[in-house]
Amino acid sequence: MKWLIDLFSSSIGRKVVMALTGLFIILFLTVHLIGNLQLLKDDGGEAFNVYAYFMTHNPLIKMVSYVNYAFFLFHIGWALLLTIKNRQARGTEGYAVTSSKSSIWSARNMGILGTIILVFLVIHMKDFWGQMHFGEMPTKTYGDHEVKDLFTVVGSAFTQWWYVALYCISMVAIAFHLWHGFASAFQTLGLNHMKYNPVISFVGKAFSIVIPALFALIPIVMFFV
Amino acid sequence: MKIKLKVWRQKNKDTKGAFKTYNVDHASPDMSFLEMIDVLNTELIKKGEESIAFDHDCREGICGMCSLYINGHPHGPLQTTTCQLHMRTFKDGETITVEPWRAKAFPVIKDLVVDRSAFDRIQQAGGYVNVNTGGVPDANEIPIPKRVAEEAFDAATCIGCGACVAACKNASAMLFVSAKVSQFALLPQGQVERKERAEKMVAQMDAEGFGSCTNTYACEAECPKGIKVANIARMNREYLGAMMTSYEGSTGGGGE
Ligand code: HEM
Ligand code: SF4
Ligand code: FES
Repeated sequence: MKWLIDLFSSSIGRKVVMALTGLFIILFLTVHLIGNLQLLKDDGGEAFNVYAYFMTHNPLIKMVSYVNYAFFLFHIGWALLLTIKNRQARGTEGYAVTSSKSSIWSARNMGILGTIILVFLVIHMKDFWGQMHFGEMPTKTYGDHEVKDLFTVVGSAFTQWWYVALYCISMVAIAFHLWHGFASAFQTLGLNHMKYNPVISFVGKAFSIVIPALFALIPIVMFFV
Repeated sequence: MKIKLKVWRQKNKDTKGAFKTYNVDHASPDMSFLEMIDVLNTELIKKGEESIAFDHDCREGICGMCSLYINGHPHGPLQTTTCQLHMRTFKDGETITVEPWRAKAFPVIKDLVVDRSAFDRIQQAGGYVNVNTGGVPDANEIPIPKRVAEEAFDAATCIGCGACVAACKNASAMLFVSAKVSQFALLPQGQVERKERAEKMVAQMDAEGFGSCTNTYACEAECPKGIKVANIARMNREYLGAMMTSYEGSTGGGGE
């Protein structure tokens, strides 16, 4: 098994962990967005509340969510490891003059963007995920089902302008993170080919704009409506 | 033209260095950057001061020695080697900052000279092919598609200058190592050691303390030979494939 440890602690292996976990989180974001869009449905929150109940009680979804937590932790842990190792590689003396012309801003600031996302994640998890799992919450009854009324909790959070602002800023951070990260993950995994590069690049850029924009749209709409 | 030169001066590996500013009053726009320093050095020697140490050899862009980090770019603002950079690239009266390559794996030996032997050790770890001795084989005996031969040749044009490491915010050597892995991986002659080569060269690269590529592609933008980052993806493929399928322990030598 030594080879496996060698593999994942190597410079390339470290990046592979980032890429695989990153791509999985991208998949998760897509599913999460589809769920969230139900907040905008004009039914007093029924569709969203039923969906939230399903996501916290279905055994298969529960299993996937544990994998998801683990992947987030790996992504964050390896990001720290990678960043520290890469800082050390520069040595004790840095450059007096540097130029930003030869690379894009988001590629150079993945760590900072990730940290903004992390701060958001902590607040987000505490207020919504933590409430849903462990908190005292109002309930609603649909048919013969009594479910927690997450819709109302989310709705009241989004009456505060600063909460909406925090959301939007974090979505911008995710957009920049993925503007570089999406295509970068494919390069890391060795998937660079003339025939497919334009597709990967286009899908990556479209994804990094459309998905965060739709996520941000929800609090904005709920704030004003 | 007149130039103000801010140069990193450092006595040796173990002392701390600092910038020193020099005025170069009679630079010609047609001089190469190195010739400009030659002129300055001659003046310094005449004045009894110690000349500025810098690496150079061929002065025609093929040896990769001239490792000067100029105004925030390895080899200066153009995508060439320092010896191919001319003073006409700069403005009259400009202040130019000259630093050595900065990487843990490239320690500064003196002034602008760094020790790049880490690259030699990576190359020795796997950047070779074994051939049988005996009669001289016919040239062009092995058919190789032209496009493949060209791609291998493009990778082989890497001169090991280290600009990729100098440019990278992570001091990663992956553009260099991937060029060396690719030039053999693409050709039939490189197949025998293919897996072992990827494993050993990457292991040596890591042992030397180079960083991990985060795909900013600053290396490709600065490489004087136009080595493509597609090579890095190839190296990643080669390495991952090798680690997952090679005979474990093949690097330990005989006798076990
Ligand atoms: C919405 C959540 C996130 C998604 C979808 C995501 C996705 C990605 C992707 C796809 C990559 C590219 C991997 C590669 O280049 O191979 C990446 C890289 C990175 N991520 Fe994230 N990430 C997220 C959150 C975070 C968080 C919370 C942190 C840290 C606190 C973080 C830190 C990093 C760092 C430092 C890199 C740099 C690696 C590099 O530049 O190659 N990310 N991320
Ligand atoms: S890849 Fe380019 S920049 Fe790096 S050592 Fe080779 S020639 Fe120099
Ligand atoms: S001195 Fe040989 S490449 Fe510049």
